[in-house]
Amino acid sequence: MKRLNGVRLPHTKRIEEKPLTPFPLPALVRIPMLMHTGSPCKPTVSAGDSVAVGQCIGAAEKPDSVPVHASVSGTVTAISEYRTVSEENVPCIEIRPDGKQTVSGDCVPPEINTKEDLIRAAKESGCVGLSGAGDLTFRKLEDAGKPDLLILNGAECEHYLAVDGRLMTESPSDIINGALMLMKLLKIKETRIGIRSDRPVAVKRMAEACEGQKGIRIIPLPAVYPQGAEKVLVFHTCGRVIPEKQTAADIGVLVLNVATCAFLYRYSQTGIPLVERAVTVAGTAVRKPCNLLVPVGTPVRDLLEYTACDEDIIGDLLCGSTMMGEKIKLEDAVIIRQQNGLTAMRRRKLVQRASDCIRCGSCMRACPMNLMPMELNRAFYRQDIRALQTGKLRLCMNCGCCSYVCPAKRPVADINQQAKKILPAD
Amino acid sequence: MKKRKIPSASPYIRSNANTSKIMLYVLLALVPSALAGVLNFGFSALLLLGTTTGTAIAAEIIFRTVTGKRQTVQDLSAAVTGLLIGMTLPPDIPLWKAGVGSVFAIVIVKQLFGGIGQNFANPAATAKIFLLVLFMNDMTKWRLPQTAQTVDLTPLTGAHASYFDMLLGNTAGCVGETCAIGLILGALFLYLTGTASPFAPIGCLGSFAVLTLAGGYDLPAQLLSGGLMLGACFMTTDYTTAPLTHPGQLLFGIGVGVLTFLIRHYGGFAEGIPFAIVMMNLLTPWLDRLTKPRPFGAETEEKPVREKPKRKFLSHKAS
Repeated sequence: MKRLNGVRLPHTKRIEEKPLTPFPLPALVRIPMLMHTGSPCKPTVSAGDSVAVGQCIGAAEKPDSVPVHASVSGTVTAISEYRTVSEENVPCIEIRPDGKQTVSGDCVPPEINTKEDLIRAAKESGCVGLSGAGDLTFRKLEDAGKPDLLILNGAECEHYLAVDGRLMTESPSDIINGALMLMKLLKIKETRIGIRSDRPVAVKRMAEACEGQKGIRIIPLPAVYPQGAEKVLVFHTCGRVIPEKQTAADIGVLVLNVATCAFLYRYSQTGIPLVERAVTVAGTAVRKPCNLLVPVGTPVRDLLEYTACDEDIIGDLLCGSTMMGEKIKLEDAVIIRQQNGLTAMRRRKLVQRASDCIRCGSCMRACPMNLMPMELNRAFYRQDIRALQTGKLRLCMNCGCCSYVCPAKRPVADINQQAKKILPAD
Repeated sequence: MKKRKIPSASPYIRSNANTSKIMLYVLLALVPSALAGVLNFGFSALLLLGTTTGTAIAAEIIFRTVTGKRQTVQDLSAAVTGLLIGMTLPPDIPLWKAGVGSVFAIVIVKQLFGGIGQNFANPAATAKIFLLVLFMNDMTKWRLPQTAQTVDLTPLTGAHASYFDMLLGNTAGCVGETCAIGLILGALFLYLTGTASPFAPIGCLGSFAVLTLAGGYDLPAQLLSGGLMLGACFMTTDYTTAPLTHPGQLLFGIGVGVLTFLIRHYGGFAEGIPFAIVMMNLLTPWLDRLTKPRPFGAETEEKPVREKPKRKFLSHKAS
């Protein structure tokens, strides 16, 4: 079968072998009211209130948001402001944990019998896409229409990310049970789970767990970045092509991350909303890379301390990982619920300057969407909107493969991101 | 192109590929054949290669300094051009003439178009043509290897040589063109390290071989003599002046092969490869457009409807 282009990243196996371990309770958690793509929530508690784990502390007022819950039990000390990765100022609730981790009485297993129940549960649980994007899961379920195929994303193709791999190795049954629940409620006959083929342990555990389950198949994916991107994942797991300007839902496919699927199952059993996050802390500046189970809102600084990371040598501190991650500030950043990785990269001694394009064509051969990234760059320099449109700039998903391979060290992907801004909306 | 401030953005990790390394690999790939040239033609060949390489580097530094542009000499592309030029010249050409070729290649062909990645014609091939046209006599004076005996003919123009001698480079000819085995080894190194793709050379040598066989010529002698091997292995694979796509490169190579055959047998010059390469360079943008990859999941493209301009000059006649 034809495979889409990509790049081979030097994966560090070391992280993938570290089991998921619970992180000790921090002295203070700060929970931002915006931890999804959409509108921020409104705080429902005030300073001095005592809260319990799983208690709703941010109400979703707008239709494009899901509630936020307390990740620790303790006392609210203040309502402050938090600057998100996308540079938005949102309210943030600071809680001093009491160490007891009392679970709120509101946390009762929901009754899920129909698709509507499922959508409501996804909304109330504060479920977002756990692969980093933070898209609203209930929206995805609503928009899915009548899918005939469920694809679970276990690709996790970036450097320094291993939490999905750990989940598949340690509790594969949660994922399979989640898939069975979704298949039953959404009347889907088939599920395919894409896992990177260079993770044989995860593939084996998952295959064992779904043995005897009709309609669930494990699909090994090439060990190439990007595999987790929706279009690439769908094509490599079932051969379907998502056409331009369409989504997976339009071709009858529902794509969810394995962690999201496992969370939905766990929520259906326990009723505890999304208050804990599995995060890989790694990078060249981190001495003891770990896979941690962290309460949402834990300050990034605590995690770096725990993993023996020297703050002075950090050059780039990233939410996510090196290919698509976004820069965060050490001082006030916290772990948010869609964050799957915290990557601290050592400051580079020598920063290579971008030189002129030598027309080697590496970017073109690395582009999973078969675009010509450097031609799009040139079109942007001449402000040629027509050339940007015929070059299908819209298909670019900013995976960064072009910048990664560029021998002239040009920020090809970033220039194309800027070029998207001059495209007229269609 | 306007200068823009380039912000740092994702990805925060880069591969270890870089331009200097690519050019260094090309230089390394040229070493076997250049070394064979020096061993065969002695110190004067070494001096020639040194002159062309040095002049090319100096020309690049001086031009970039005078025009106030950032220095690009560290990317080693000027060194590659200079060495290639030296390799395409006869061993006894006066050094100043060789230097003129280097300056022409760097300043006129490369830098005036904006430097690395911007020129449309292959600098080394163009310089070879320039020198051939300008200094016809010096460019066709040959010497037998290991001797001081000058000859008028090379294997390409009818001198007798065994296939084995031609493979090893033990014949009269240009410094870096005679040792075919060295060139082939260098080219293999380039493909194995992923520096160049083999499509253009395959197209070039393949189409040339087919035509040569069809025309009833001596195939091994034709393939191993003259500048064909050097041009096919190192000039058709130039990133800047050859097409980007693999099908484009194949078509480009086929074009070079066909033109070389035609010029060699029906043209006024004994050697056709530099002319063929520069002619095909002109077609590169068109070949790129022809073989543009289809974006994944893209709608089939509609051709823009171009409105015909109204013919105004007819209207006053009617009124």
